[in-house]
Amino acid sequence: MGKQYETVIGLEVHVELATKTKIFCGCSTEFGGAPNTHTCPVCTGMPGSLPVLNKQVLAYAVAVGLATGCNITQYCKFDRKNYFYPDNPQNYQISQLYLPICRDGKVEIETEDGKKLIGIHEIHMEEDAGKLVHDEWTDCSLVDYNRSGVPLIEIVSEPDMRSAEEVIAYLEKLRMLVQYLGASDCKMQEGSMRADVNLSVREVGATEYGTRTEMKNLNSFSAITRAIAGERARQIDLIEAGEKVVQETRRWDDNVGKSYAMRSKEDAQDYRYFPDPDLVPIVVTDEFLADIKARQPEFREEKIARYKEEFDIPDYDIDIITGSKHMADIFEETVALGAQPKKVSNWLMVETLRLLKENNMDPEDIRFSPENLAKLIKLTDEKAINSTVAKEVFEEMFKNDIDPEKYVEDKGLKTVSDEGALRKTVEEVIANNPQSVEDYRNGKEKAIGFLVGQTMKAMKGKADPGMVNRLLKELL
Amino acid sequence: MANIISDEIIEYVGILAKLELSHEEKQEAKKDMGRMLDYIDKLGELDTTDVEPMSHVFPMQNVFREDVVTNGDTREAILKNAPQEKDGMFVVPKTFD
Repeated sequence: MGKQYETVIGLEVHVELATKTKIFCGCSTEFGGAPNTHTCPVCTGMPGSLPVLNKQVLAYAVAVGLATGCNITQYCKFDRKNYFYPDNPQNYQISQLYLPICRDGKVEIETEDGKKLIGIHEIHMEEDAGKLVHDEWTDCSLVDYNRSGVPLIEIVSEPDMRSAEEVIAYLEKLRMLVQYLGASDCKMQEGSMRADVNLSVREVGATEYGTRTEMKNLNSFSAITRAIAGERARQIDLIEAGEKVVQETRRWDDNVGKSYAMRSKEDAQDYRYFPDPDLVPIVVTDEFLADIKARQPEFREEKIARYKEEFDIPDYDIDIITGSKHMADIFEETVALGAQPKKVSNWLMVETLRLLKENNMDPEDIRFSPENLAKLIKLTDEKAINSTVAKEVFEEMFKNDIDPEKYVEDKGLKTVSDEGALRKTVEEVIANNPQSVEDYRNGKEKAIGFLVGQTMKAMKGKADPGMVNRLLKELL
Repeated sequence: MANIISDEIIEYVGILAKLELSHEEKQEAKKDMGRMLDYIDKLGELDTTDVEPMSHVFPMQNVFREDVVTNGDTREAILKNAPQEKDGMFVVPKTFD
């Protein structure tokens, strides 16, 4: 029988913070501007420019630290991490090595074998680099520094994970915490959350860790899962062949399903860190800490517990709704406006999820207001519109956040409750469809469905189906 | 000279600094670095037990800015610092990840 191996994984997660401005200058962090339009002497590393820390970056970092049970370093500093690369105009990155803002935390994840704690080694603040574009025409590279200086926190875990499932559960957990704090949108595809995987293998029962590699360029949960399987297999093959695992940084190519060594040995990482003399030390006062603590939101677990207590909706719905802070906010505000929780949940779970999927959007991208959703539910409660019309109105609301009351009024979509007018249409439908009428009278119950459909069509969908049914039965 | 810089060290420092030195330049650099380290060693003569490492010369802390956009689009001015530009970007030697 072959040897049994255990995978040991630790993660470095970079999260782009949702500040309006960069970490050390007043340039906008807005995504998608024309190249270099959000730059200044500070974030392009011009000599003599001076960085000044954005207070909101500190507030977000402390909030994430508190949410992950970290100790906050009340006397902390920034350091320079020196390396030469064109995306880094200063030739150093301002980061934290000696006194990171948060240390020694933990988060709880759900695994197949129950709950498990994953240790957080530290969280530090740092600046992002610019973006390199390769120009095929001139065989040169081009640099856009719009992203240079965008604030990041790097969350470094302990090597506490043993499988891809645990890694995904940990990342989901972090994403929820950070999104609930509003500290980042954590979109992996857009790079606002990036994970580097440190992985080693060892024989089951061994106490020492094996040599680890660091894997980069993982931009989806599925890529992470594949990369972990691939790297585990590669390291086991090496060990079984009697070779050594080399400690190195590897780049995962998800299209090929393979990783490649990124840096050669003589390019060993030697960052010659030293304290940044341009930035003065940070003292996190007790008052500042207390203020951040007081503003921590209700997190997902607490919300789930409260929903189960307060609302009569299925656990599955609660799970989906609380999976997005934004969706949970819409749910709660709509209910607060008087709508029945089950009905609000239905609109979110069925139509909203369908439209999000069709439009390739995240729950965070929902634009309609709780006020308008509450109005729509009220219109259906009052039977002012039927369910078909309601869906039509909802689609419009989803797209343009229209006011459903006004829309229904303007488009004349209200259900015709004038029984006289409806009766007249039903009589016409009966007269025009003798075959179905005969079928129905001969005991074919289903034939009535066709007649209801014809009536609704004649009424342009604006009739109360219950009333149509009743009138048809009466007149047949 | 108390500090002797080896060929390996000067090679390594050259790689870190992305410098290509000729044989003569390397010999000069070895001597220079040795002298600098000798000079720095002078500080080792002081007793620094119980002295907090200093990272800043001013007795200041907590210098912050509010999270408000104060800079506009100054691309044209910024790009004047680029030795070469193309499509609003800085042109640099071909660089791989």
